Amino acid sequence: MSEHVVAVQPEPDMIQLLTPEGQRVDHPDYPLGLSDEDIAGLYRDLVLVRRIDTEAIALQRQGELGLWASLLGQEAAQIGAGRALRPHDMAFPTYREHGVAWCRGVDPLTLLGLFRGTNLGGWSPSEHNFNLYTIVIGAQTLHATGYAMGVVRDGAVGTGDPDRDTAVLAFFGDGASSQGDVNEAFVWAAAGNLPIVFLCQNNQWAISEPVERQSRVPLYQRSAGFGFPGMRVDGNDVLASYAVTRRALDDARNAQGPTLIEAFTYRMNPHTTNDDPRRYRLGSELETWKLRDPIERVRAYLSREAGYGSDYFAAIEDESKKLAEHVRAGCRALPDPTPQSLFDSVYVTMPAELRAQRDEFVEFVGSLEEASA
Amino acid sequence: MSASSVIGTSLTMAKALNEGLRKAMEDDPKVVMMGEDVGKLGGVFRITDGLQKDFGEDRVIDTPLAESGIVGTAVGLAIRGYRPVCEIQFDGFVFPAFDQIVSQVAKLHNRSAGQVKVPITIRIPYGGGIGAVEHHSESPEAYFAHTAGLKVVACADPSDAYWMVQQAIADDDPVIFLEPKRRYHAAKAEIAAAPTPLHQARVIRPGTAATLATYGATVSVALEAAEAAAADGTQLEVIDLRSVSPIDTETVVDSVRRTGRLLVTHEAPLSFGPAAEIAARVQEQAFYSLEAPVLRVTGYDTPYPPSRLENEWLPNLDRVLDGIDRLMSY
Repeated sequence: MSEHVVAVQPEPDMIQLLTPEGQRVDHPDYPLGLSDEDIAGLYRDLVLVRRIDTEAIALQRQGELGLWASLLGQEAAQIGAGRALRPHDMAFPTYREHGVAWCRGVDPLTLLGLFRGTNLGGWSPSEHNFNLYTIVIGAQTLHATGYAMGVVRDGAVGTGDPDRDTAVLAFFGDGASSQGDVNEAFVWAAAGNLPIVFLCQNNQWAISEPVERQSRVPLYQRSAGFGFPGMRVDGNDVLASYAVTRRALDDARNAQGPTLIEAFTYRMNPHTTNDDPRRYRLGSELETWKLRDPIERVRAYLSREAGYGSDYFAAIEDESKKLAEHVRAGCRALPDPTPQSLFDSVYVTMPAELRAQRDEFVEFVGSLEEASA
Repeated sequence: MSASSVIGTSLTMAKALNEGLRKAMEDDPKVVMMGEDVGKLGGVFRITDGLQKDFGEDRVIDTPLAESGIVGTAVGLAIRGYRPVCEIQFDGFVFPAFDQIVSQVAKLHNRSAGQVKVPITIRIPYGGGIGAVEHHSESPEAYFAHTAGLKVVACADPSDAYWMVQQAIADDDPVIFLEPKRRYHAAKAEIAAAPTPLHQARVIRPGTAATLATYGATVSVALEAAEAAAADGTQLEVIDLRSVSPIDTETVVDSVRRTGRLLVTHEAPLSFGPAAEIAARVQEQAFYSLEAPVLRVTGYDTPYPPSRLENEWLPNLDRVLDGIDRLMSY
């Protein structure tokens, strides 16, 4: 088992702009260009999405959610990438991108329906340019690729107009990197020089399978064979995640084609609330990664280098508590769907046969209610 | 060639489909064609012949050779507001796209609580009888008809081919569009002035003795059988179902109430096929009208055979007539 600990050592070529100790470092290719105030804003994002996650796990434990896929440990990769997006860019998440949803302005309660079982997602992708969660691993990378084809056909690439040029950001994980769909998406994106960024959060574990089960080479090197650049970023470094994603999105908008970013991070919690990682990984690995926590390093920077004091951190803690209350109360208030809604939105135009099934069902449910009245 | 000019002219099914696709592209700039070899080559069956030349590479897209990619990227184009028409080169090659069709195309409208429309048409040249090698002669409609969220239709004559492909593309729901490839060049027929609704079955030959219901490739077999039976004094009513999902049950039940007997035929294998569904519905809705059990003449529950055996495997004229004999003598 000890080789697993070795496997999570950062690669020497991993892009980092903020060390785990909170030291700013520069990278010649990725100038940060953020003020301390901007960095403080990212800190706020990190803290708040971790709080949403914590509350959701508690709600699952209390039976209010059927399941939750925790993002603990992956906040920086998601906030960095999410904040690099412009409003008219489009993001295609998996089912764990709660931090990206936050950056897109999606109310956390919107995400809970899927996990509470009150709906299957139910939001409009165009409302916040944030696609529905996609549970079949890797399927959304093709949707993102097709969307990028549409962007090209709409002439929304390489015009030089920042309000027009559009990029697409496709999320997936280390496990999904083995899927045919992801590899087909790479083929399409390369052949079509599409305005898309593939962001692989390598959190080291596909449920119980370590990344060595998926790949013999570091994942970011996969793109070379498809003909587009790939790089590895410290996914626990929100500044590097931001700068690297922003650069790749700029390249996409400027008709420079696709990029693969491997955000090297760690899933600190079980895969979902149903999983038990004690069966497959060592506790010492988790301890190693705790030292690389994505939030602590930003706090260290802000307090040591940027003069932020306890007032600032206390204010965010207050905001975090209010958000937690919103999530708790809002979750419990999510309405159950009506039985009749079973048949809604299966088709745009409901076929007669389905209408007949619905009518029969409604009558049956009504007869039960009558009998119990 | 202006598409409206084909009305009243006589075309093969292949040409009618080509004209229908052309009209769909003229009518809606959001319609895009995508598939393997659909551009310069015009598709291996030439159904998209000339479309790339006239509408450009942006709208008639030669894709990489990956069916999941064709359908998966079509989903993304649909989310962006396009109306993609995918060509799957042969029936047996649709299965790499099965996950995208069943888990994404079919479910996205529902997953989004009705906020996303997925107006994708997936054209599949389907069925046997062309002496092809393995994977080129299959009838996969039952897989798709079993999937909530999908519509499945099959054209059987040039006029329907022309109109139905346009209706499928204009439909806001995803449609699996089956083209009986052995009928592509079989016979010319006149293009009607107006379409029949997409999911409405049509009585294409009135009769009194029994009802023969089918769709797609076996419609011509059914008409031949009706002709032969008529020579023996048995007047069969032939129904072209046109839509496998949803099925126009009403037209079939109306007919069976008059004839009392029903035989359903299709190339797809017997078990769990569309004929089984139709038989179930007819016994539910017309039980007291039935004078015989509903019979099925279909492909057998085997893999599609090597081509030297396909004439025995397919529901050919002899097998359909044998079924009619059994139906009438019950």
